[in-house]
Amino acid sequence: MSTTDIPLQELERGQSLWQDAWRRLVKNRAAVAGLILLGVVVALAIAGPWFSPYTYDEQDTALGAAPPSRQHWLGTDPLGRDLLTRLLHGGRISLLVGVIATAVSLIIGVTYGAVAGFAGGRADALMMRIVDILYALPFTIFVIILMVFFGRNFVFLFLAIGAVHWLTMARIVRGQVLSLREQEFIQAAVVLGLKRLRILFVHLAPNTLGPVIVYATLTIPQVMLLEAFLSFLGLGVQPPMSSWGLLIKEGVETMEEYPWLLIFPGIALSLTLFSLNFLGDGLRDALDPRAAKD
Amino acid sequence: MTRYIARRLLEFLPVLFIIMTLTFFMVRLAPGGPFDADKRVSPEAQQRLEAHYRLDAPLLVQYWEYMRGVFHGDLGPSFRKSSRSVNEWILLRLPVSLELGAYALVVALALGMGAGLLAAMRPNSAIDHGTMALGMAGICIPNFVLGPLLVLVFSLWLGWLPVAGWRSAADKVLPSLTLGAMYAAYIARLTRAGMLETLSRDFIRTARAKGMSEARVVIRHALPGGIQPTIAFLGPATAGLLTGSFVVETIFQVPGLGREFVESAFNRDYTMISGTVLVYAVLVMALNLAADIACAWLDPRIRHT
Repeated sequence: MSTTDIPLQELERGQSLWQDAWRRLVKNRAAVAGLILLGVVVALAIAGPWFSPYTYDEQDTALGAAPPSRQHWLGTDPLGRDLLTRLLHGGRISLLVGVIATAVSLIIGVTYGAVAGFAGGRADALMMRIVDILYALPFTIFVIILMVFFGRNFVFLFLAIGAVHWLTMARIVRGQVLSLREQEFIQAAVVLGLKRLRILFVHLAPNTLGPVIVYATLTIPQVMLLEAFLSFLGLGVQPPMSSWGLLIKEGVETMEEYPWLLIFPGIALSLTLFSLNFLGDGLRDALDPRAAKD
Repeated sequence: MTRYIARRLLEFLPVLFIIMTLTFFMVRLAPGGPFDADKRVSPEAQQRLEAHYRLDAPLLVQYWEYMRGVFHGDLGPSFRKSSRSVNEWILLRLPVSLELGAYALVVALALGMGAGLLAAMRPNSAIDHGTMALGMAGICIPNFVLGPLLVLVFSLWLGWLPVAGWRSAADKVLPSLTLGAMYAAYIARLTRAGMLETLSRDFIRTARAKGMSEARVVIRHALPGGIQPTIAFLGPATAGLLTGSFVVETIFQVPGLGREFVESAFNRDYTMISGTVLVYAVLVMALNLAADIACAWLDPRIRHT
């Protein structure tokens, strides 16, 4: 995009990076579709269960597994539980795992990367070497071992998943900090005699926000996938609670007789991953104009 | 280059040592033991079993004895499947997983590079948008959803292929497709992006200006540069194929190492867990190294770093 198609008044007003990025984002149809779809899924998962006449663990064994109908829009499972309600409840859990585990990886990754980049020299080389080595480890295996042995509780799930995904974040932040710390505003901060920690977390870290947001958006679907994978193996969320991975697991067990129990949770998970990936790609193009196509 | 490879290989040893140590203590310090779940075992029998496997010895002694065995290439007896040693189980299961992984890789490369090339030759055409939309679907539909859906359609509804198993060639179609699909999608995207980038370079314009046929331009000149992102991706992808096989082997009841690992974790079969972790760690690290070497070989600029 050339500067000529920006109206003159806007040039005079000047644009912040964020306004600029937002303008680019809304031009990207796939990203907007992703954003809207994601908004709908989140709103449904949060508010949906309040409007449902059923609860996620309410059984109706007389009814058993029934295909979609007027009373049960997406049908019921073999215990007569309403699939739509369980799907919405599961959505809460799956989304929550995605957000919290991403936050965990964000905190670890940003801190580690910022410290490495700011320290520089030998400390940086050593810290990044550790990251390189950790990259080569079969983490999924460790997560499986952890989940099997240390009970299948929620907090552990968040920590285990979050601990896996901080590596790339650390690399990104470190690269940003390395280039930022040579700039004048940091020199000014040093001259002003600010403490190193203050410079690091107040002046450097916030300026890495763009790439961090992009990568976080792309981490959420990976994390949700890992949660679903663990629940599918029976290691994540435990019944009678529900999560999309668990619903898919239950759906697979009975798919020959009751295919809707597999198909609807599969669609819910795939659509959410779809929208997050499109949104993440769009954000990357919007926040990093150099990588954008036009 | 040789020095670089030697240095990377030397690095393997301490890392593997740390992995084995971590795994050893993690599984043993965790609650639950290999013989707890068995209700049929009397307390005396349990004691004798634990003595037999030296589980009653102090932890550090167990660690020393186990690691000494590992260094001599002996991964110990399996606690729960005592008919064979861990070495024998791995030799039995690993080839199956490798075979599945190889088929999946072929699926991923053939479909992915084919689609990526097709899309890159006609950017922004219907073919391009179509293959890329399909690619996004491949990335967003997890293999534990795709696999059962394929079984539902091709085995249960159409009856064309078997539901599960690993004997005939027909058995192997669905697991390979399921495992390879996501990587095919990634490879398609990477190949498209890499090819578009390379095709816009000056040397391609020169080649075309010389009157070279389009096929020769694409295959001889653009391809080596264009597939670099794909090659770099192959290391982590192959590693991912291996871990992805946990689910696929479980869904299709393939007697491979992935299913063995998940089972051994549930059974708290300590030696089997450590043994499979070691195999996976070696495979993952070796594959990443191989990808790095392949990349260096394709790009002279980074050959000497």
